[in-house]
Amino acid sequence: MAFYVVQFLTGLASAASLFLVASGLSIIFGVTRIVNFAHGAFYMIGAYVAFTLTERLSGAFGFWGAIVIAAFAVALIGVLVEMVLLRRIYHAPELFQLLATFGLTLMVEDLVVLIWGPDDLVGRRAPGFKGAIDFFGQNIPSYDLFLIVLGPVVLGILWLLFQRTRWGVLVRAATQDRDMVAALGVNQKWLFTSVFAVGVFLAALGGALQIPRDAVHHAMDLRIIVEVFVVVVIGGLGSIIGAFVAAVLVSELNAFGILIFPKISIILVFLVMAAVLIVRPWGLFGRPEAPARKTPGLTVNPWRPLTSNERLASLAAFVIAATLPLFAGNYALTVGSEIAIFVIFAVSLHFLMSVGGLASFGHAAYFGLGAYGVAFLAKMAGLPMIVCLLLGPLLGCMGAAVFGFFAVQLSGVYFAMLTLAFAQIVWSIAFQWVSVTGGDNGILGVWPSSWAASPSHFYWLALGVAALVTIALRAMVFSPFGYALRATRDSLLRSEAVGINAKRIQWTAFVIAGTTAGIGGALFAYLKGSVFPDNLGISLSVDALVMVLLGGVETVSGAVIGAIVYKALNIWLVSQTDLSKLVLGGFIVLIVVVFPKGIVGMLEMLAQRRRKTSPPGSPLLAKPIESAE
Amino acid sequence: MSVAPPLLAVEGLTKSYGGVHAVRGVSFSLRAGEILALIGPNGAGKSTCFDMLNGQNKPDTGHVRLLGEDTTGRKPREIWRMGVGRTFQITATFATMTVRENVQVALISHGKQLYNLWGSAPNFDRGEAGRLLELVGMGGYADRPCGELAYGDLKRLELAVALANQPKLLLMDEPTAGMAPRERVDLMRLTAQIAREKSIGVLFTEHDMDVVFEHADRIIVLNRGTLIAEGSPAEVRGNPQVQAVYLGEGLLYDAQHREGASA
Repeated sequence: MAFYVVQFLTGLASAASLFLVASGLSIIFGVTRIVNFAHGAFYMIGAYVAFTLTERLSGAFGFWGAIVIAAFAVALIGVLVEMVLLRRIYHAPELFQLLATFGLTLMVEDLVVLIWGPDDLVGRRAPGFKGAIDFFGQNIPSYDLFLIVLGPVVLGILWLLFQRTRWGVLVRAATQDRDMVAALGVNQKWLFTSVFAVGVFLAALGGALQIPRDAVHHAMDLRIIVEVFVVVVIGGLGSIIGAFVAAVLVSELNAFGILIFPKISIILVFLVMAAVLIVRPWGLFGRPEAPARKTPGLTVNPWRPLTSNERLASLAAFVIAATLPLFAGNYALTVGSEIAIFVIFAVSLHFLMSVGGLASFGHAAYFGLGAYGVAFLAKMAGLPMIVCLLLGPLLGCMGAAVFGFFAVQLSGVYFAMLTLAFAQIVWSIAFQWVSVTGGDNGILGVWPSSWAASPSHFYWLALGVAALVTIALRAMVFSPFGYALRATRDSLLRSEAVGINAKRIQWTAFVIAGTTAGIGGALFAYLKGSVFPDNLGISLSVDALVMVLLGGVETVSGAVIGAIVYKALNIWLVSQTDLSKLVLGGFIVLIVVVFPKGIVGMLEMLAQRRRKTSPPGSPLLAKPIESAE
Repeated sequence: MSVAPPLLAVEGLTKSYGGVHAVRGVSFSLRAGEILALIGPNGAGKSTCFDMLNGQNKPDTGHVRLLGEDTTGRKPREIWRMGVGRTFQITATFATMTVRENVQVALISHGKQLYNLWGSAPNFDRGEAGRLLELVGMGGYADRPCGELAYGDLKRLELAVALANQPKLLLMDEPTAGMAPRERVDLMRLTAQIAREKSIGVLFTEHDMDVVFEHADRIIVLNRGTLIAEGSPAEVRGNPQVQAVYLGEGLLYDAQHREGASA
């Protein structure tokens, strides 16, 4: 019995940090409507800065002072970020905001390694809370008791701040209607900046308070942000009480989940989240999100199928790509195969994101599931390659069917957060369930059959599949289903009013996209000869997002171009620098701020400008050619 | 002897929020080809009543029957499948698609081809889409992106979309809100003409009394959630209860004054 009590108290102690970070995210979202992906990064910086300061400053005052100073210092960094970056993108679509803050996260991950090194850092114990308290033979660290008290205290302070101060009233008003608050003469800029500072302060404080409990390392940002997303999805974005209750719930589920499913404890949290979403899609304390704002400046040209000239051009590009093995070496062919596979991956996400308006932040889950599907079939069942390639993607299909069902109940940022959380869950299973998946060691020796073993044959296979998938998905965009999907993206209200079951259409699209990604993953497993948890990791999901964005999220053929350019750049970059995350992150931020229409979008705009000045009937390509490689 | 059920029969519709009775025991009916206006001051329960007809809202008690079939509490998309088209107070269209594609989506849904992955949507029922657009005077706009349209044209497009499933009943929530006076008259004339030709019943809510009195065959008046009057435009206009409760003292003078002027 005492053991369970101690487990319960451990859970409560973990909830404190989680609550601090989640409430910060919630407050920022409430006012600015930005889901700050970089919140985990601020949490991590908070921990690192606090580590350094506690090492330098001595004594009890030094320790506690260092924690507070660290939080303030990181809040200052937050102010800087808000003023330099976020102010430029408050009116951008929410997808762009998520991506920009994700780009920041990537940059921070490399920066902390640059500054503090790649090793785990173990911080000092907190003065005054070094010991443990005996509870019927079980030890409870006294620092845990401190954290258990701290959580409700912070909740109380936040409550007072929001109920009793002028600033709090403004924040609550802005959460309800920020345009109205601006119309009443409140300086919105400084309100947003101060809110962001408070949110970042809370995240950094959460990170700083973790150092006596946990080692500081450069991957702690992603771990906390996924948990925080789960917390705000359960508690409801924008609700501080919700963040508190959900943080306790999630922490307790983690604490007891380990006892019930020691291997895959995260399953329990997932089940609870799924249950909450079915009963209350907006979280326990959340309110339904107002319909997404229409974004000025990003209008979409009506899509149309390719003209016969454009079809010929695409065919020519495909034929040229197919001649690559005649003059290129093996390395180039391997790169070519990888690019073809990523074209498949990118067009599958494009279908979901651009056609369906559902920006998945965890699309790699289905890519990786396809890869694992192939690995299971090839290694355990010993099936031949062609059968594995056909059946492997079904694992991606099944994953998409299960997760997609829950994900499409939500939209916008909730959808993005949920897909990310799902992907992280799949990743954890692959990582933790060592007996089946091999854990971190992956599954090795997934080699293609002899007919596809040579680099040129494999390249032709990958190129052929990529072309087929691209054509099939493109045909679907202009099929009745494609129209219905675009209809649900443009107006849920109107689609329901013309008899469309929007959720079911979106679910179908999710399954199609997941299965297609699975096809890419299946090929990828054979290309690499192995599968690893990284094949369904977050960074791969983001790769896909950047490919679509780079090509142009509003175009039909952008994903293909985006995948080719991005993947080629990426392979080159990784061979050139150790700081690929820093460069990549900076690149993402740059695209969002100065280049929001992507490559194909830009070309289309230029073509349109030229068409307006040139006489009608001149043979101009409205859309650039769509090539398979 | 058996009497054919009316197109729309509403019986004892009631809805309260907490202690507030938004709609109390409202009953009325609508015949095919008839144009019925639902009017009342702000807060009278028009929108609540309307939303219970189109499936956005569920009544606490009462029934809505369409040609004798109970539609109470059904989802909007199910009600649409039973032959009810609707337009919104603030237009809801597919902004990134062209005008023709907007109509085609409704036609695809009507033809139950929503899950057809291989067909060609640009050629789907192109002729019918063109006819519907011609009908509402939007034939020349078929290839325009919907997001570029003026508000009045969006209202026409919504009408074409609402007609795509050959509805028996049209529900129009404030069809002329936000339009210029000239556009209002045009849109309502068009609606009335189509309704009579195709024998479609029309129920609309409206604040503009000129529109109501000119185009409605019959008017029902809501006040504080209850039905206080029902009848032809002339009857409703002359109803002292309506004048007192709905128009108020100041407007009463205005209304009489205008009537006198036009007579």
